Amino acid sequence: MNKVVKNAQEAIEGIKDNMVLGIGGFGLCGIPENCITALVGSGIHGLTCISNNAGVDDFGIGLMLQTRQVRKMIASYVGENAEFERQLLSGELAVDLIPQGTLATRLMAAGYGMPAIFTPAGVGTEVAEGKEVRRFKEKDYLLEYAFEIDFSIVKAWKGDTHGNLIFRKTSRNFNPLVAMAGKITIAEVEHLVPAGELEPDQIHLPGIYVHRIFEGVDYQKRIEQLTVR
Amino acid sequence: MLDKNGIARRIAREVKDGYYVNLGIGIPTLVANYLPEGVNVVLQSENGLLGIGPFPVAGEEDPDLINAGKQTITTVPGSAFFDSALSFGMIRAGKVDLTILGAMEVSETGDIANWKIPGKMVKGMGGAMDLVASAKNIIVAMQHVNKAGESKLLPKCTLPLTGVRCVKKIVTELAVLDVTPGGFRLLERAPGISVEQIRNATAGKLIIEGAIPEMVL
Repeated sequence: MNKVVKNAQEAIEGIKDNMVLGIGGFGLCGIPENCITALVGSGIHGLTCISNNAGVDDFGIGLMLQTRQVRKMIASYVGENAEFERQLLSGELAVDLIPQGTLATRLMAAGYGMPAIFTPAGVGTEVAEGKEVRRFKEKDYLLEYAFEIDFSIVKAWKGDTHGNLIFRKTSRNFNPLVAMAGKITIAEVEHLVPAGELEPDQIHLPGIYVHRIFEGVDYQKRIEQLTVR
Repeated sequence: MLDKNGIARRIAREVKDGYYVNLGIGIPTLVANYLPEGVNVVLQSENGLLGIGPFPVAGEEDPDLINAGKQTITTVPGSAFFDSALSFGMIRAGKVDLTILGAMEVSETGDIANWKIPGKMVKGMGGAMDLVASAKNIIVAMQHVNKAGESKLLPKCTLPLTGVRCVKKIVTELAVLDVTPGGFRLLERAPGISVEQIRNATAGKLIIEGAIPEMVL
């Protein structure tokens, strides 16, 4: 079992033009900074990115928008990014906005081996257009399909050489769900330890879902809305 | 007429001890400041936390600890972190007792529109559609009329919907109203506001039965 790679460049090997990527994080919290930097330098184009948000102009997925590497964004909220807006209005970028819980659960379904889920989110709205509606106990639900993702890229606080992951506070968010949905999953961690050092009871995501892991460097961990008392 | 804090103060009286509550961005967030003594609640943040605490003191902010509005926060004793699927799982399963959120429009049948204005940049619905589709009790905090002076309480929403037949109660700067099968039922007037003023500001069907008391804050 050897999942450890040297760095982000080695981790993203095999990602090709026009692939579907899942990227963990909520806003700028818990995003895989090292891999995003490597993707920006890679020249890979035409990507579809599934991620709750699209970063800000000069950080996170926003950096991949600056380099025009993203063809389609699937997200629940994209409000913090002027370049995103410009590309969307000019038609360079396609966007599919879906409810946040639907996004999370479609990722979970992929990791749980379920082809689809039923959710009431969006019933009676434009989100329901063209979707199958089923009624259970007098309430309507939409049929939503599991995501199919070529490469998932996530960030964890601690990980071991078997790919077991532990997240910290609200930086967990979409990370374990994105991780379980990828055909190939890359995890970058702040602290990489030998297998056996993490307490098995404390592991948030078992390493079976993780194929490549490395210890990231130079984390900025930018705060989007610094708010104090 | 109430200001934003007045609306929050009135809504705080709807919150009961032991509730799990999800507060939207804006006026709903202010509700936490006005909870009566003895009312202890757990605030849910849909990015994966039960037990939101106050904003941190300067210098103690943690980039790994934010709320759904991406603001730095703290936790209270007894808090718990989880992933986004579990977060919306507990919302979908009806475990959250009360959801308080803002709106652009509410219809007399309880439909809500609060995420999209045609012709303007659409930022996304975030978790709003999930919340309104599943919450047991939804209170809307909003202004009674928009900036153009037009009523936001309508027979039918004109903007793209966030959810249908879901709003239970509305608190505005003018009034407290329940959404009932027959329309908006006027419960209370804001201090100094007449029933006539509320009638003039409400485009949807308004039910007025008996004397309408002034709200107690």
